[in-house]
Amino acid sequence: MKHDQYSDRYIRRLLTTHKTFAFVGASPKKIRPSYFAMKYLQDKGFRVIPVNPGHSGKEILGETVYASLADIAEAVDVVDIFRNSEAALEIAKEAIEIGAKVVWMQLGVRNDDAARLAEEAGLEVVMNRCPKIEYGRLSGEIGWAGVNSRTISSRRPMLASKGIQHRVIRGD
Amino acid sequence: MTEPPYPAFNTLAIHAGAQPDPATGARATPIYQTSSYVFDDVEHAASLFALEAFGNVYTRITNPTQAVLEERVAALEDGTAALATASGHAAQSIVFHTLLEPGDHFLAGRQLYGGSVNQFNHAFKKFDWHVIWADATKPESFEAALNDKVKAIFIESLANPGGVVVDIEAIAKIAKKAGVPLIVDNTLATPYLCRPKEHGANIIVHSLTKFLGGQGNSLGGIIVDCGTFDWLASGKYPTLSEPCPSYNGIRMAETFGDFSFSIACRMLGLRDLGPCISPFNAFLILNGIETLPLRMQRHCDNALSVAEWLDSHDKVDWVSYAGLKGNAYNKLAGKYLPRGAGSVFTFGLKGGYDSGVALVSNVNLFSHLANIGDTRSLIIHPASTTHSQLTSDERKAAGAGDDVVRLSIGIEDKDDIIADLEQALEQA
Ligand SMILES: Cc1ncc(COP(=O)(O)O)c(C=O)c1O
Repeated sequence: MKHDQYSDRYIRRLLTTHKTFAFVGASPKKIRPSYFAMKYLQDKGFRVIPVNPGHSGKEILGETVYASLADIAEAVDVVDIFRNSEAALEIAKEAIEIGAKVVWMQLGVRNDDAARLAEEAGLEVVMNRCPKIEYGRLSGEIGWAGVNSRTISSRRPMLASKGIQHRVIRGD
Repeated sequence: MTEPPYPAFNTLAIHAGAQPDPATGARATPIYQTSSYVFDDVEHAASLFALEAFGNVYTRITNPTQAVLEERVAALEDGTAALATASGHAAQSIVFHTLLEPGDHFLAGRQLYGGSVNQFNHAFKKFDWHVIWADATKPESFEAALNDKVKAIFIESLANPGGVVVDIEAIAKIAKKAGVPLIVDNTLATPYLCRPKEHGANIIVHSLTKFLGGQGNSLGGIIVDCGTFDWLASGKYPTLSEPCPSYNGIRMAETFGDFSFSIACRMLGLRDLGPCISPFNAFLILNGIETLPLRMQRHCDNALSVAEWLDSHDKVDWVSYAGLKGNAYNKLAGKYLPRGAGSVFTFGLKGGYDSGVALVSNVNLFSHLANIGDTRSLIIHPASTTHSQLTSDERKAAGAGDDVVRLSIGIEDKDDIIADLEQALEQA
């Protein structure tokens, strides 16, 4: 598949069928993008498991930090890479080994070799995207900040069961 | 299943940003006339204040009606995000507040709306921001005016009122080479006629008061972030690239990526300076935008007919409309404004000052007032009104000589517009 652009339908399917993310390169610092994204996905009902050898054994947002993907005992659906593009190839190999379904690279991260390897092993791939932004875009929440969601819809947005200012993504 | 293509301009003008109201099912965008919004709980409130969650706190920062307007205009300009403000001037104040530090300079094309000239020359000086004037008809004059302190370049795509079409691409190249963003005021053209991002603009501003609202009933302004400037790599814009003391030290450009300029304008500029748009004005302007493509085409078609008619009138000395063959800007209009050269232009009366006064005193369909971009046709004689405080020589230098009349052609029947000018010119 081509990775310059993704259809909304593709991203929507990934975000409505998978529930457990591993964040490789997750930071305990409250002001880092990975922390923002982790908090947001947790709020939307996802499980997010942080991976960062420099902080293993500590906790981020109530989750234990692991040194590597292989150390995680439970099944991981999506491996989200918050590292530089070069590091993505090794991480994609590990994602294949632990049986993940999706390799996701953050905004600014792109490694076509890693993508090819993962796809050959049957995984799906997203590069250069942030799951928080994509979730906000497809649920309509991001429009509250004047951001162009690049989607239109004549259907009523779906509210989350908790609270008022929370929307969820509609599956197809 | 194949996914439908991304919608085109007419569809976006009606749908972008607006879904049925989740609370009531209302199909038209409701007017959320409220100052503030309840938090779900304490944790939700904390996330909102830390910018961790999307959501509304207080209408000086976000409002759901305003948000639809913002997404709509961002989509029409193909930007990543937008921020609506109380007026076009408020939008400009916030853009420069986000980009400049005291002592900084910026370049601006001299051919600008007179109110912007005042804002840059006088109001901005009090912030220690310094405008350096260049000639928008000579792109090389921008290159010549650059210095180390220049942090931005500002132009109008189609300048008010002179009918000057600016070579955006040539100036964008100079901005890029200098490593500074190009800001384009696209008020007179609107995204229907010209999309400055396609020609290299990094930031677009509008007075929504004019053609976007389009019916002369509401003030408003907007800032569109094109998402094409790398603030982190540049390092010249501390508001975007340095830790933010009022948000726990986050860096706007790192946290918000290609829409960080709009977020910085909102969460710092609008929050602290305060010129937010009223939800009711946002609603009226949003309704105006739904018919923008239809109105704008009619504005342009009518304006061309009126300009051609005036051009052959005995009492008319000259007509400055870029849509006319033989006009100095006709070639640039073909490139940047292929659907029409807008509806605001000036012409000169052989009878000078007294003729101008007689003309505006005798119109009956045209309204004599200081605005542009209304469904109604509008007329003004700058020498006896907006520029009456200046000397005759100063007026001439400002393009508001004694003989100059400015028109903003409306969307009435063109024969009626011409008939009104005809009878008034008989008495001029
Ligand atoms: C080209 C242009 N820019 C900006 C403005 C200022 O907009 P506002 O009056 O909404 O503050 C105007 C108003 O006439 C204008 O014509």
